[in-house]
Amino acid sequence: MKRLFFHDTLKKRRLLVVIQFFNWALVFVLVSAIFYFSFSQLDTHWNWSLVYQYRHNFIAGWLTTLWISLAALSLSTFLGLLSALGYRTSFLFWRYLSKLYVELIRGTPLLVQILIFWYVIGNAIHLENRYFAGILALSIFSGAYISEIIRAGIESIGKSQLESAQAIGLTRRQIDWYVVLPQALRQTLPPLAGQFVSLIKDSSLLSVISISEFTFNAQETASATYSNFECYIPLAVGYLLLTLPISIVTRWLETRIRYET
Amino acid sequence: MKLKLDRISKSFQGNPVLNAVSIDLEQVHALVLIGPSGGGKSTLLRIIAGLEIPETGSVEINGDPIEYEESSLLRHRRSIGTVFQSYNLFPHLTALDNITLPLCKVHGQTSAIAKENAMQILTRLHLESHANKRPAELSGGQRQRIAIARAIAIKPRLLLFDEPTSALDPEMTAEVLDLIKEVGDEGRDFILVTHEMGFARRIADQVALLAEGRIVESGPVAQLFEQPQTDRTRGFLARVLKY
Repeated sequence: MKRLFFHDTLKKRRLLVVIQFFNWALVFVLVSAIFYFSFSQLDTHWNWSLVYQYRHNFIAGWLTTLWISLAALSLSTFLGLLSALGYRTSFLFWRYLSKLYVELIRGTPLLVQILIFWYVIGNAIHLENRYFAGILALSIFSGAYISEIIRAGIESIGKSQLESAQAIGLTRRQIDWYVVLPQALRQTLPPLAGQFVSLIKDSSLLSVISISEFTFNAQETASATYSNFECYIPLAVGYLLLTLPISIVTRWLETRIRYET
Repeated sequence: MKLKLDRISKSFQGNPVLNAVSIDLEQVHALVLIGPSGGGKSTLLRIIAGLEIPETGSVEINGDPIEYEESSLLRHRRSIGTVFQSYNLFPHLTALDNITLPLCKVHGQTSAIAKENAMQILTRLHLESHANKRPAELSGGQRQRIAIARAIAIKPRLLLFDEPTSALDPEMTAEVLDLIKEVGDEGRDFILVTHEMGFARRIADQVALLAEGRIVESGPVAQLFEQPQTDRTRGFLARVLKY
């Protein structure tokens, strides 16, 4: 009986595959059962066909979330990198700016940041495009976390590596570029993937400045059709479709650039 | 090589590590620094490598003083090959790329020429089959030989070895020492910090014993090992040569 549940390398390969499959199935059945039971207790009148008429609304929102996230993902990586390098520079203005940036952004809610960015700063500098403002706010928010992730990766590089790089006569910038960052990247990949997933989900907060992204459109549809769950379940599935590929790509990247130290 | 160290002092967080170390050698090919751990050997070597700045004193190699200013320090480091005790290769690069990195980025060679030069050295050291392996796939001895290959590829005016065999087992130690001897026989000047007394004796022309941050005694290898002038040297040699 015990053999059915435990992984051990002594077992034959084929048997192991069967046991793995069995356990996966068990997990799925349990989780499905919980959901099935809970939903079956719900006294609700499902109205999928009505919501289905609004499918274009969902697709458009999903696509908006996709491109907003992609834009914010690249911009926030760039900001995070700049800020992480700021922690290492002897140029004090840059260093202090990075520190203030990280502490200020990490310590305040994204909701407040978005509102201030759009209604105060955006207004002052005559920012017309709310999508652009949204991407910027989201990138600034996520960049602070990415900065800390990259900084931790950089600090994990041993002193002997830096010394060795110095000894062969590389300049400070070359040391960062050819020795520190390539190694730091390997360390930062898993937490970075987690941050990217958070970023995609955090983009839902942009609905407060009326950006018609996925969550905004789903909420809109929900209030128009009075069908909450019929709207929120596809919403959850839609986010999973965005976040799962990140996990998969990161796994793959990790195995590709794996090396021992 | 002409080497002149003039009253070099260095302390870390108030603890003196080197205390007015001076040495003046008109003609030296292989200088070996010996002495107890914590005696300041590595620090002295790192000062000569331009990796550490002394509080007082000066270093002169062939009449050419090290100037403590960013750009001349960089030039100085680029003219010297340094090999550390361990972990000096970059783990994310292959053996070949470890050697070509300084050739391309520091010494301005095109990647094709750098590759050719690196392969030539690897072949000479019988390491060519490991060119495309990462350090983690190599044994400690192989790693250290690649590190030496990297250091000699830039044709340095001086090689520095900081306990290059301390992290290796006896068999690997032998293969690395063989290589150091070969490099020395080819005429390249070097300074070696080591605990391998037999090897020091065979390869050095000058030896200096450093203890408690001072040079206790220095001189030609035969004299220092056979007729040590101080009790401290006699005591040290008696202890390390006992077994």
